[in-house]
Amino acid sequence: MGMLGLPFLTRMKGFSAKIYVTEVTARLGQLMMEELVSMHMEFRQFYGPEGSSFPQWMSWEELELLPSALREVVLGKDGTELGAWVPLYSAADVTDCTQKFQTLRYAEETCYNGTLMIKAFSSGLEIGTCNWTINGPKRDVAFISNSIFLPAHAMKFDYRSLQSNDIVLYSDFSSLDAMENVEDDDGFSIPTTDSMSTLSTDNNNNNWEESVESLLYTDENLEEQEKLSYLCYCAIDSLKVGGSVLIPINRLGTLLQLLEQISASLESSTLKVPIYVISSIAEELLAYTNVIPEWLCKERQEKLFSGEPLFSHVELIKDKKLHVFPAVHSPKLLTNWQEPCIVFAPHWSLRLGPVVHFLRCWCGDPNSLLVLESRLDAELALLPFKPMAMKVLQCSFLSGIKLQKVQPLLKILQPKIVLLPEDLRQQTRFTNANSFSVIHYSENASIRIPSLKDSSELEIATDLALRFQWRNLKHENMNVTRLKGELSVYHGKQRLLSGSEQAKSSKIRPLLHWGSPDLEKLLNILSNIGINGSVEQCMGNVESEKACIVHVHEPKKALIEVGTSTIISAGDENLASKIFEAIDKVLEGI
Amino acid sequence: MAIDSLVLGAGQQVGKSCVVVSMNGKRIMFDCGMDMAYHDHRRYPDFSRISHSGDFDSALTCIVITHFHLDHIGALPYFTEVCGYSGPIYMTYPTKALAPLMLEDYRKVMVERRGEEEQFTSEHIVECMKKVIAVDLKQTVHVDKDLQIRAYYAGHVLGAAMFYAKVGDTAMVYTGDYNMTPDRHLGAAQIDRLQLDLLISESTYATTIRDSKYGREREFLKAVHKCVAGGGKVLIPTFALGRAQELCILLEDYWERMNLKIPIYFSSGLTMQANMYYKMLISWTSQKVKETYSTHNAFDFKHVLNFDRSMIAAPGPCVLFATPGWLSGGFSLEVFKQWAPSEMNLVTLPGYCAAGTIGHKLMSGKPTKIDLDKNTQLDVRCQIHQLSFSPHTDAKGIMDLVKFLSPKHVILVHGEKPKMATLKGRINSELGIPCDDPANNETVSISSTHYVKARASDTFIQSSLNPNFKFSKRISEDESGSWLKDRKFMPQLQVTDKRTAEGILIEEKNKKAKILHQDELLLMLGEKKHEVRFAYCCPINVSNLEETKSTSDNVLCTSDRCSWLQLLNNKLSGEISGGNIQDFGEHLQVESFDISVCLNDKCRYRIIDSQNKSEAVFFCCTWSVADEKLAWKIISIMENFDCESH
Ligand SMILES: [Zn+2]
Ligand SMILES: [Zn+2]
Ligand SMILES: [Zn+2]
Repeated sequence: MGMLGLPFLTRMKGFSAKIYVTEVTARLGQLMMEELVSMHMEFRQFYGPEGSSFPQWMSWEELELLPSALREVVLGKDGTELGAWVPLYSAADVTDCTQKFQTLRYAEETCYNGTLMIKAFSSGLEIGTCNWTINGPKRDVAFISNSIFLPAHAMKFDYRSLQSNDIVLYSDFSSLDAMENVEDDDGFSIPTTDSMSTLSTDNNNNNWEESVESLLYTDENLEEQEKLSYLCYCAIDSLKVGGSVLIPINRLGTLLQLLEQISASLESSTLKVPIYVISSIAEELLAYTNVIPEWLCKERQEKLFSGEPLFSHVELIKDKKLHVFPAVHSPKLLTNWQEPCIVFAPHWSLRLGPVVHFLRCWCGDPNSLLVLESRLDAELALLPFKPMAMKVLQCSFLSGIKLQKVQPLLKILQPKIVLLPEDLRQQTRFTNANSFSVIHYSENASIRIPSLKDSSELEIATDLALRFQWRNLKHENMNVTRLKGELSVYHGKQRLLSGSEQAKSSKIRPLLHWGSPDLEKLLNILSNIGINGSVEQCMGNVESEKACIVHVHEPKKALIEVGTSTIISAGDENLASKIFEAIDKVLEGI
Repeated sequence: MAIDSLVLGAGQQVGKSCVVVSMNGKRIMFDCGMDMAYHDHRRYPDFSRISHSGDFDSALTCIVITHFHLDHIGALPYFTEVCGYSGPIYMTYPTKALAPLMLEDYRKVMVERRGEEEQFTSEHIVECMKKVIAVDLKQTVHVDKDLQIRAYYAGHVLGAAMFYAKVGDTAMVYTGDYNMTPDRHLGAAQIDRLQLDLLISESTYATTIRDSKYGREREFLKAVHKCVAGGGKVLIPTFALGRAQELCILLEDYWERMNLKIPIYFSSGLTMQANMYYKMLISWTSQKVKETYSTHNAFDFKHVLNFDRSMIAAPGPCVLFATPGWLSGGFSLEVFKQWAPSEMNLVTLPGYCAAGTIGHKLMSGKPTKIDLDKNTQLDVRCQIHQLSFSPHTDAKGIMDLVKFLSPKHVILVHGEKPKMATLKGRINSELGIPCDDPANNETVSISSTHYVKARASDTFIQSSLNPNFKFSKRISEDESGSWLKDRKFMPQLQVTDKRTAEGILIEEKNKKAKILHQDELLLMLGEKKHEVRFAYCCPINVSNLEETKSTSDNVLCTSDRCSWLQLLNNKLSGEISGGNIQDFGEHLQVESFDISVCLNDKCRYRIIDSQNKSEAVFFCCTWSVADEKLAWKIISIMENFDCESH
């Protein structure tokens, strides 16, 4: 669902970026976008203007004529109100968008521009959802979005693979929603400092990590299970008195689990009531979920290994307990229809899709039940269907990391810097025991993250390393060598290779010198190799600029100027070279 | 550092694939197969060579299985449950799902057919599979801190994978069996361009170049169609997995297209259960099969019905898939006994049947009578069709893969000795890559890549990434014929980007080696640069210069100084190749070599007394040590200038 806005971006002129996405998210996302487009088309057929164009008012022609103050009232400041309204994308926009996808599997490495390694790891929220790591020579970043530790359908949150990244960009906002629902509840604060600090005292102990991990896996699964059971209980109640149950499709995982739970409840209640899923993409969606075992939780994968279908809807369809239709007006639906029944249909906004039809039918029936996600503003959503006699059950399912788990999670990840949303500042008071620093970010404001390294890792090919000619620096007690090669960047790794140019001469002369030459020593060295001359002192203006000239007359005429720099002047190569070697010995150089 | 590959099976033969590779302290077993041609200890790899003490857990880091064929996995339950290996085992999801069926099928046949003592039990298979970690394609799996493995699609059978393994800077690929061309139910092998020290490849068809598989598939379909059209019965003996589903997809597709109504049966041994697996694993099949899963899963066989014993003698044409393969006993043999005497019927057999089976006897020549046992003889009048398509790559495919990956070394396994020798020669001569084809129980040792790690400063990295354009002039005279009007040379500039990284590596005690840019070193040491340059004031005979000058009419510079430099420039451009002469008006520069006209009669750098000073013009030259060679070359050109022009 984090993808439905994407075509708005990709249809903009000049958009040409690659879009990295997991294989499953790409497929599911495409289906959902297509469904949205088709529901919108249908909606327009009923209520919209004729022809294929979007309503006239959206081009805002009249607005141009309005005074600016009035225009701001309509459009909102910075165009955030009506001004931001744009027509929905088309099926062609969706196709264009999906063509820019570069799909990945979990833990598959992909390389951007030779330097950045990008990887996706399961986040557990839904089938195919992921968190990302981006590793470059200078920075390692882990990006965490809404994640669930032990989901009942998708592969679990793989937080271990996010370890050892310098920076964690935390952007799971789900706990904010939870906060609103349980105001004045202090139960959501971080566990007491004492327990955490005692844990962190013996850092190198493996027990430490284990006990923190056990904190992450508290029984949130059980909690979710109870919510589902309660929902099923209410549904059965309504069915027993002849009412129907309408469940707008929201999250895929919830749909899949409810199908299993409700059919099981029906089974045990001996009620013979059909379940309908009415959506243009339902058939494909349900078939698809049964052919992607690699993306599911351990329990589902075990089903693969024992040869059972991954989800029970396969059997339900076969046994004609579950019926899947593309639309309300499907001919087969009309012949098959039976009430009371359970209907799953989009769209959760209650403004689009088949759900609108059923809500109209049943909103006056006090025995029927509507199930809504509590994050939705029910007042507003139900406004067109008032007066409502239908029962409404609002429930919320876990959609991210619980606040009290943020700190233990970060302890395991061990980043150097954590970027947290400004909105979480109040809720997350970190203890001083943390090894990382926290930076808060907020919408539409960029922040500069301090650089953590002033150098980066480089690998030197062995053949190149073998050719090094080390020099020992006298006073610093270090070895230095000149190094020449070809820098290659391969899969985020910088390597120095020997390159095409092989070292030709074994004699490499130092190119850089420092220090001040000792004249006496120089003359000594020179005379040892048969070069003799006389010294002429030249006084500079300042003491430091003191220079002198050595006039060489044996074996041939030559001249050496020695000062803050040195100039060698000789009539032939050999002599010049010998003098240079002598100079090299009285200086330090590389 | 070295990579040691101990070939425990499939060395110069097909059967019991098993290679143990040691690199940088890690030891990986690739495949753990059995040889079905043997019934004694030779059927298994000689595991004692891995560890004499039998402590396999400490001798091996992990086992990697490429696919569910018995010559690649057949010895696994024996190795884990009987020999006691309990470390990690990796295979793809489909292999993990399908291998137990394959193993159980085989175990039953062995016990049933030969009344043999069990090598491993059903429980052994279950326990063994519990140790298996399933992996997805392309997923980078960290076996431990240092060892990474990754699976790549190999075609061949459902779930077959090539495996990449990397420890430190050393990397290799073990292919298992693979197919480089797609067929109706599987795609072609796919792998990234990797930097490899070693590639271990199968070489079943080391010298064969095959036409497309489609042709052979058509032959099979035609044979089946002809038989049923004539009212005959077709018997296809198979094992539960792989070939059965592959052929069934072919038949279903063909039945659909030809609108045939003749029943296709699966015997009870071939449960629909196997198809259930295939349905869930459809994303591992070919693109075409994958695309249609939502409306119709290709493994939802519409035409396939269950067969029961009473139907053996029923009249009318049909196609029957029956277990076990090779007519090695059980139900398929029972049916064969009934159907073989009629020439209307057809039996299809795979390219390989184990020795001692009826299938094997049928394939050697065309016998009309077969001894079932000492007392019974069977008339065989039915037709026999040999399935000639095999999901292995051919020689071209192997060469293509080796060329694509360009590893530093190749080892061939899983093939026939003489053919492997031929392929080995080709890889060596055509691709220039050293190649080995070791026999069983031999070890091949090759050297491995190793990098020296250092930290590099930003300035160094930046300077290395800066483009370093080299300009070289290729001088050609203007050919448009306007020689007189404009005597200009038309230099054709050639630009090459020769980026070289130049820096200084520093090693200090107890510190990681660090690479700096030259400028950073002095800063770090707190020292001042002491420049060392060379200088030489070079005389050139002036009369010759004047002479040349008067003939050149395109000298723009007015002063003598400039014109002399200009002349020198022209001269040097012709003489030195590769160097870029830069003209700054007052002076010329080639790399660090600087020339200007010297008007100072007392110049210190006039080291050599010129014979005829009055006729000489002096050029002061200075340069740094980096261009020592170039400098002396230019000076010698300058000094010889006058001699030449006479
Ligand atoms: Zn195979
Ligand atoms: Zn094989
Ligand atoms: Zn001079």
